[in-house]
Amino acid sequence: MSTKRGRITIDGFDADVVEQREELSDWSEDKDTNLESRWRRVAREIRRDRLALIGGTVVFVMLLLAIFSQPIKAFGVTIQPISITPYDPGQQFVAGTTENYADPSFLPWSEGSLLDYPFGTDTLGRDVFSRVMAGTRYSVTIGLIVTAISGTFGVIYGGISGYFGGKVDGVLMRFVDMIFAFPGLVLAIVILALLGKGYWPLVLAFTATGWAGYARLIRGEILKVKQNEYVLAAKALGARDRRVLFRHVVPNSIAPVIVQATLSIGTVVIGVAALGFLGLGFPPGTPEWGTMINAEQGTVLSARGWVRWWVTVFPGLMLFLFVMAMNMIGDAINDALDAQGGEGIDAAGGGG
Amino acid sequence: MSLRRFIIRRVLVSIPILLGVSMITFFLVNLAPIDVVDVIIGINPDATQADYARLRNELGIDRPIYIRYWDWLTSALQGDFGPVYSRGLDAGELIAARWKETVLLGLYGWVIALLIAIPIGIYSALKKGQLGDDVGRFAALTGISIPNFWLGLILLGFFSSQLGIFSASTPQTPLLHTKTLAWLLLPGITIGSAAAANLMRIMRTSMIEEMNKEYVTAARAKGLPERTVMLKHVLRNSLISVVTVAAFLTSGIVAGSVVVEQVFGWPGLGRAFVTAATRQEINLILAITLFTGTAIVLMNLVADILYAVLDPRIRDEY
Repeated sequence: MSTKRGRITIDGFDADVVEQREELSDWSEDKDTNLESRWRRVAREIRRDRLALIGGTVVFVMLLLAIFSQPIKAFGVTIQPISITPYDPGQQFVAGTTENYADPSFLPWSEGSLLDYPFGTDTLGRDVFSRVMAGTRYSVTIGLIVTAISGTFGVIYGGISGYFGGKVDGVLMRFVDMIFAFPGLVLAIVILALLGKGYWPLVLAFTATGWAGYARLIRGEILKVKQNEYVLAAKALGARDRRVLFRHVVPNSIAPVIVQATLSIGTVVIGVAALGFLGLGFPPGTPEWGTMINAEQGTVLSARGWVRWWVTVFPGLMLFLFVMAMNMIGDAINDALDAQGGEGIDAAGGGG
Repeated sequence: MSLRRFIIRRVLVSIPILLGVSMITFFLVNLAPIDVVDVIIGINPDATQADYARLRNELGIDRPIYIRYWDWLTSALQGDFGPVYSRGLDAGELIAARWKETVLLGLYGWVIALLIAIPIGIYSALKKGQLGDDVGRFAALTGISIPNFWLGLILLGFFSSQLGIFSASTPQTPLLHTKTLAWLLLPGITIGSAAAANLMRIMRTSMIEEMNKEYVTAARAKGLPERTVMLKHVLRNSLISVVTVAAFLTSGIVAGSVVVEQVFGWPGLGRAFVTAATRQEINLILAITLFTGTAIVLMNLVADILYAVLDPRIRDEY
């Protein structure tokens, strides 16, 4: 009589006999209550959080804007034909004559055209509303892509480091320490100065600086989790290291990483905009929020008062709204995990 | 472990990190598709192939990269970082001339962050769950989410252009003159906002954590007045984590100075760094990156030692 359990054969054990024998006690498995998974409980907790609801709505709307602000074309084929921006973001002098824009006190709103140009027009006569909407695409997608890549890489790197420990850990973590010695923005600026402006250089620059945070975070978590008995049990049953690490250890240490990832989307978005503002992110004229503010920063200082305030306020306001919404979601996830038994992180870094 | 042994070990750990930082920067910059010779020659149409070759040989670019790294490191340790081609002076001289501006701005931001964060954090913790706490937490959330360059521009537009009470040009007075210090208030707030928000959250969390500990119950049971319990016991212990985390915020403040100096036209290292990046001045990029990297490693070292002094339990972790 033998039973197979995975790669192990157990002699003298018959599952059928065990199942059919008389009850030893009146205990029976309770199938109705308390079967809700940890993640489902966390999700319910988050749904009850009012700030998270506001944040989630804002992020959802911005995602829609990123998709529908402009038609999407791939290989010459239009995949998404809808365009909700009233004008092309690059179109100049949408309000009419050229002369108006030479006059710094020209107010498009004062001509009763609030509905035509809800955010006014910029120094080159482009519709700020259209440009701000189109800018959603840059910030939101870079934030998501960078977080996805650096999070995945950081988890694998930190996972290996924490799980194997010893010399491997020593060497891998010293490298993380070195990355931490650079202020994120400084390393990103170095990489962009060397690679030139553009979308993918920005993604690379922020991924190169961002992964180390996740690596350090999950490593610390794994050092704790790997001492659990279920890890020993999995090893005793003959599971390979890779399986133990990625099926048992990582899923149980991932919670703070998710919080960190949500919070750092905002940090990345601010960083991208900051580089745009410094003139290092995108070529001039790109409707990206930071680059737009860079082009218009001269309007802030004027002897006639801050007359053209909308050209700098609106792009920054969108940026601020998105980051704030993202942080609200992150805080809510953190609180929900904390309520589950202190799995969140105490105070998250952020700001750029 | 004794404090002295802890410090020695911690210092020894920092040395390879610093070496690593210099290596990463050097190889990154030198493996990138930028030709220093192009930067020097610019768009001079008279330059011939022979000129290029001669310059390459003079600068030593034709030698293997590890030899160049060694040369660069040994001269950098003596303060020679090579010339800044567009300015006609050495990168080392430029840093020597500008670092004080950046350090002053950074300290200013740091002090403002502490002054804002600690009282509000304490207030939030004491009023946990009440309206005041909600307001404080919302303020912290705002501070973390607000982009500092945008905040700076808005402050500039409002106080300088609209109200006319802030001069847009940097004061010509010496650094520690009252006029300069008064002017630095706006840049200081801009640079300190994110750090203040972070510190406030840490202050609040660590104070709430301390308040739940058993020694607080014991102190109360002893009949100590609530004021004494809070000020003498809770506040003291929760300040430990705040002070050490504050040192770790240096990295954020350095990154902030790059942006804020640009907004306010403050002539510090951050502005020089952006110019260097725009003009691809490799020597200056290298010098400033190494300088900030060293500053951060040293600040982290100070933070760890401070932590070990304040909380002896941490010493055994090394």
